[in-house]
Amino acid sequence: MKQIRPLIIALGCALALGCGKKEEAAKTEAAPGAGGAAAGAEELVKIGSVAPLTGPQASLGKDNENGAQLAFDEANAQGIMLGGKKAKFEIISEDDQADPRTGTVVAQKLVDSKVKGVIGHLNSGTTIPASKIYADNNIPQISPSATAIPYTAQGYKTAFRVMTNDEQQGAVLGNYAATALGAKKIAIIDDRSAYGQGLADQVATAAKAAGADVVAREYTSDKATDFTAILTSIKSKKPDLIFFGGMFPQGAPMVKQMKGLGLKAKFLGGDGVQTADFLSIAGTDGEGVIASSPGVPVSSMPGGQDFVTKYTAKYGEIQLYAPYAYDAAWAMINAMKAANSSDPAVYMPELAKVNFTGVTGQISFDAKGDVQGGAVTMYQVKDGKWQVLETVKK
Amino acid sequence: MDIFLQQVINGLVLGSVYALVALGYTMVYGILELINFAHGEITMVGAMVSLAVVSALAGSGVDMPGVMIVLTGVLTAIPVCMGLGYSIERVAYRPLRHAPRLAPLITAIGISIVLQNAAMLIWGRQYIPFPPVLQITRYDIGGATITNLQIAIIVLSACAMIGLVFLVNKTRLGRAMRATAQSPQVAGLMGVNINSIISATFVIGSGLAAIAGVMVSAYYGLAHYYMGFMLGLKAFSAAVLGGIGNLTGAMLGGLLLGVIESLGAGYIGDLTGGFLGSHYQDVFAFFVLILVLVFRPSGLLGERVVDRA
Repeated sequence: MKQIRPLIIALGCALALGCGKKEEAAKTEAAPGAGGAAAGAEELVKIGSVAPLTGPQASLGKDNENGAQLAFDEANAQGIMLGGKKAKFEIISEDDQADPRTGTVVAQKLVDSKVKGVIGHLNSGTTIPASKIYADNNIPQISPSATAIPYTAQGYKTAFRVMTNDEQQGAVLGNYAATALGAKKIAIIDDRSAYGQGLADQVATAAKAAGADVVAREYTSDKATDFTAILTSIKSKKPDLIFFGGMFPQGAPMVKQMKGLGLKAKFLGGDGVQTADFLSIAGTDGEGVIASSPGVPVSSMPGGQDFVTKYTAKYGEIQLYAPYAYDAAWAMINAMKAANSSDPAVYMPELAKVNFTGVTGQISFDAKGDVQGGAVTMYQVKDGKWQVLETVKK
Repeated sequence: MDIFLQQVINGLVLGSVYALVALGYTMVYGILELINFAHGEITMVGAMVSLAVVSALAGSGVDMPGVMIVLTGVLTAIPVCMGLGYSIERVAYRPLRHAPRLAPLITAIGISIVLQNAAMLIWGRQYIPFPPVLQITRYDIGGATITNLQIAIIVLSACAMIGLVFLVNKTRLGRAMRATAQSPQVAGLMGVNINSIISATFVIGSGLAAIAGVMVSAYYGLAHYYMGFMLGLKAFSAAVLGGIGNLTGAMLGGLLLGVIESLGAGYIGDLTGGFLGSHYQDVFAFFVLILVLVFRPSGLLGERVVDRA
């Protein structure tokens, strides 16, 4: 099997390269026509969008890309002028396969194709290594969904995010488990990804601080489907609540297997669990599951209704982070507008000062590049739907 | 003790599926000395096809018991996978039968990637939920729980395996298969139609893979175009553990790997005082595999094969 991996990666690279060439070819074809129409007063602004478009998290990746695409389509329709030229935003979409190594490869590729900014990546595990490449080349990066603390803690001027980070979310979750849900004995499972591990650690710390006991700490991977062994081991420790730091493809089967094993503890998850796919996979076994989502629910977002209508008309049901990708894209567009330039060196200071009402809420960044005032909303599955319990501020 | 029993049950369920898939690897290896890396993907196709049928039936509101719906799914998936297995052999392996051994191995990997991407295009990238048509009942045995679905998986795999052993050891087709495995040339000289025997091997292996695919998707409640990769890897390891080329070995290897993984994940944390956590579950399973191979290079039940003259 060892031989297969490099082969797949090599093939992936070859494919990616192939696609890149095609894009370029399409561009040179389109350029003369576009130039003719706008009499040369158009400026092509290339923006990178990176997310896993293949592999287990492909559906979430496509969702992010669609969210960003929607924003740039609107900006193009508005005919934003930058430095006297009409800006034409074009997304260069890359697939990082949720793999940190591939993440850095595509990041370098975007740098080489001279993008003016990057919306991405989706996972913290890919965002963090890629952020160094963007920082070294002075390209602003806004992640719509990376929540791991180290991303903005590295001191890069280029790293921003519109998502509540794990520190904020984990603290709320741990405290919520111990107080609002009254759990005394908590078992914690994480998928060993930067996201899952970071969140689980924060929950453990906050829960202990709130007086609960962490009776078991188990681990799985972000590709596993069988959790009966760790759940059985957890069952022997008799917890009141199980917290899972990870994504829905693991969370949903885990809930089903808990039922199969007769494990009656409450199940609490983070935003990776709070998805539409979780509901369809877990089915009736998902009833009663509680999960959090950073930010506010789409329904109570300032521009939520409007966004849902726009998005579903074009791409179908929202998976998870599309509104954030949309806001990230608008943060970038607004900063460019304020600076009247798409030059990263010129608009980056404006990006740090950006302050506008996005779909997800007020978007402004603190000194580290984290979005300010991160709210966390708790949801519970009732009658096969995620129902809002309450929105908690840290 | 109930925890230990529960872990063994967990392992047996997991192991039954591994064993069923491992049989496909081992049968093909026994006859062609080819590792059919596309086998895991055939399992995935089986899961996807049955899921499509089950979803369509469950969605159309026909008045059928859940078991019958799933059975219809299985009975559709088996011929589809058999056809797929036959075509793969015909297109990707047969033209390369006398090529150096590395060539068919590469086409196997190629086919595996083609199948994955084809499935991604047909069924999409998202996780596909298995409709809740099966009523799950739990039973208690000595403090451990087992569901009717888990019992069905163990029993069905056992039946399929016994059927296969019977087929290989007692029937004319089985005799021809064994003869081909020993020496294709001589078997051919004795009037065995090598090509059809090899096709039959692929067809049977793919049929078993289809059953395994349905079981996995029904049990875990989801299917995904990528699910065949890890399952195939584990099943291949199980086949090697038991002695690749040996049918009983594949079954033993599958069950053992399942139980070892389960016990490993369940106890490794407590045994090492938290120094090694349950994320070492795969490390533990593969460590056992390495250990077995160091002392018995041909696997647990593998025979020492003398090089063919």
